[in-house]
Amino acid sequence: MTKRIVKVYPRFERLWHWTQALLIAVLMFTGLRVSGVHALIPFGPAVMLHTLAALTLLVVWIFATFWLFTTGTWRQFLPKVEGMLATARYYAYGIFKGEEPPYQKQYWRKHNPLQAATYFGLKWFVFPVIWISGIMYLTYNFWDSGADSTFVLAVVRNIHLLAAYVIFAFVIAHIYLLTTGHGFRDHVRPMVTGYEEIDLTPEQEAYFEANTPDRLKPLEPAE
Amino acid sequence: MHATGHRHLLASLAFGLSASVAFAQDAMPQMPGDGSTADHSKFEILQQEFKSGPEVTAACLSCHTEADDQVMHSIHFQWEFDNPATGQTLGKSKVINAFCGNVVGNEPRCTSCHAGYGWDDMHEVPPQQSNAVDCLVCHDQSGQYAKLSTGAGHPPLGDIPGQPVSGKTITGADAWAVDLMKSAQSVGMPTRENCGQCHFYGGGGDNVKHGDLSSALYDPDIHTDVHMSKDGANMVCSDCHTEESHTWAGSRYLMDAKDTVGLGHPGEERFSASCESCHSDSPHEGDLMAIKLNDHVDKVACQTCHIPEFARGGVATKTYWDWSTAGRLNAEGQPIAEHNFTQSDGQELHTYLTIKGDFDWGENVEPYYAWFNGAVEYTLPEEEIDPTEVVEINKVLGTPDGEDSRIWPFKRMVGRQSYDAGYNKLAYSHVWGPTTDTAFWTNYDWSKAIEAGMKAAGSPYSGEYGFIDTYMYWPITHMVAPADEAMDCVECHSEDGRLVGLAGVVMPGTDPNSLFGRLGQILVLLTALGVIGHGILRLITRGKGGTHP
Repeated sequence: MTKRIVKVYPRFERLWHWTQALLIAVLMFTGLRVSGVHALIPFGPAVMLHTLAALTLLVVWIFATFWLFTTGTWRQFLPKVEGMLATARYYAYGIFKGEEPPYQKQYWRKHNPLQAATYFGLKWFVFPVIWISGIMYLTYNFWDSGADSTFVLAVVRNIHLLAAYVIFAFVIAHIYLLTTGHGFRDHVRPMVTGYEEIDLTPEQEAYFEANTPDRLKPLEPAE
Repeated sequence: MHATGHRHLLASLAFGLSASVAFAQDAMPQMPGDGSTADHSKFEILQQEFKSGPEVTAACLSCHTEADDQVMHSIHFQWEFDNPATGQTLGKSKVINAFCGNVVGNEPRCTSCHAGYGWDDMHEVPPQQSNAVDCLVCHDQSGQYAKLSTGAGHPPLGDIPGQPVSGKTITGADAWAVDLMKSAQSVGMPTRENCGQCHFYGGGGDNVKHGDLSSALYDPDIHTDVHMSKDGANMVCSDCHTEESHTWAGSRYLMDAKDTVGLGHPGEERFSASCESCHSDSPHEGDLMAIKLNDHVDKVACQTCHIPEFARGGVATKTYWDWSTAGRLNAEGQPIAEHNFTQSDGQELHTYLTIKGDFDWGENVEPYYAWFNGAVEYTLPEEEIDPTEVVEINKVLGTPDGEDSRIWPFKRMVGRQSYDAGYNKLAYSHVWGPTTDTAFWTNYDWSKAIEAGMKAAGSPYSGEYGFIDTYMYWPITHMVAPADEAMDCVECHSEDGRLVGLAGVVMPGTDPNSLFGRLGQILVLLTALGVIGHGILRLITRGKGGTHP
């Protein structure tokens, strides 16, 4: 195994991530405004911004889903039980002892088991819930069928609200976890530049050298 | 008649301009008739010294043969309305309101606004002879026709037209002798001045009753009424209140509260005074916001957002009337008048009158909101009431989120008025009668006034009276503000918004701390606390979680 600097996040994925981050920030800010938690911007513009950001994110998502499945990247987000306990033990205990994280980032497995499980939950449950409830909320007048629909809308609204707060909680934990391990900057940098130091087997290294040399930073001359 | 004058001036100006542009000559004659094919001043039958209103009407009917029949079938003449929604028979001749109470027993004062002549006994149907219809009150364009405030519909007359005569007109102005010939020759389609002299002064003064119908609408600025302002659409009442055989669209007893027809078929002339009949049922156009606003029209009446306040334009409306304090005299035994409300134009309005009791006024008043399906149900004089509760003189019907209902703005008049304490029903009172020894405004004695009122109405009276608190609702639909002055979202979409307490609608922004909101907030809080705790522990143990410091 050799440590090599590899482009783990291609341009599209980085663009996707940061667009999504920005849009989720906008959605959180405007969503809290619309639900009445703060009044930092007027209500009407908040609704408009919330709707526009949601529609934009929906488009980004369609592209991202297409990309995930065509490139096979979707496998990154499949959860695995293996190693989960060790990871959980690390964050609950080992981290305070200065232990090394039990999990090393690999090219085909960028997430640790806890991360993978979290993303799986988000992508398969929370995001669909917020999308479906949000779209129902937005298109109320198309499916509304009178007085009973008000109750349905109230349910839809509360589901949307709860899912939004779950995502809010995720964002907090997500940002906090960037400060662990090698530190905040080291964690954020790959998502900016695309490159990260990764352990590669000689076979992988040879594969990259031969097939996608642009994904591999050339070895620096020995110091 | 200043607005009419302006319109004539504008029309001739516009005509003059286009003529000079088109033909570049000044000698172009003005088109005669001002849009009409008849110049009434040329009719011989109208060139006579009329001695009374009915004489003029007889002359009108010599050409307009069916007009009397049409008018006599209208609510303007009958003062009676069978409400198909409730089965009640309403109308001025039937109901008791929260203002001057009842018409019966108070003719010819109350019937001075009748669209006819000589209805001085409510026990009878209005006079049925064809010349009892008052054509001039609606069609006079000379600007000097008026009705005497105590004349059962007749105009003030005298030897020399234009000279002051005794009495007041129905708008409260000192009366003058009306020139009937001049009026008869001036006739045209009704303007605001025609409708306004009755409808702006209901309840005994300017804007007393409705709140959204006042003398401010004779010549409103655009902020007061975007439709009627000269700087706006410059419309008259009958542009919305469309007419068919002297019957008008629009009713305060049975409204078109949720018009789903909208514009109707292309070219269709709809008999409706609803906003939608001109603006369609998806009136906002352009952007995403327009779509969102159009989403509101199924639950929220146009008026709710577009009339943020009523009694605008500088004329206050009466918001509270306590009859129970009426009758107080000063040390000399003389009636009292207190004026403790200053209107924005500086005019002092009465807040106590011996004849009427205590008042409150309001200008730029925020409406009261309720679900409304257009039907209004009255507490009729024969119905039993509960004097321990606030009695609703009228109820606006409609159910929260009902298919036929929308949220509407209302003026909620707060009153305190007399009732029959033995039979628990609203009391009739005899207030006007300068020569009777029972009229309240002459004798200040409730027991006599109520006894006489009940007798006049033919209603059994227990002999005991008291006073009850009342509400009366007046749908607000006039004084529409320009679009950019419509209510902002936050007026309703906030914790203390205007519609708080109205069930049946999901309104984001009104309850950030709902059960699910709280659950979510707790989740976020716990996450934040967990993260902070984890971070602090890491700092204390100095473990950075990794070998690279």
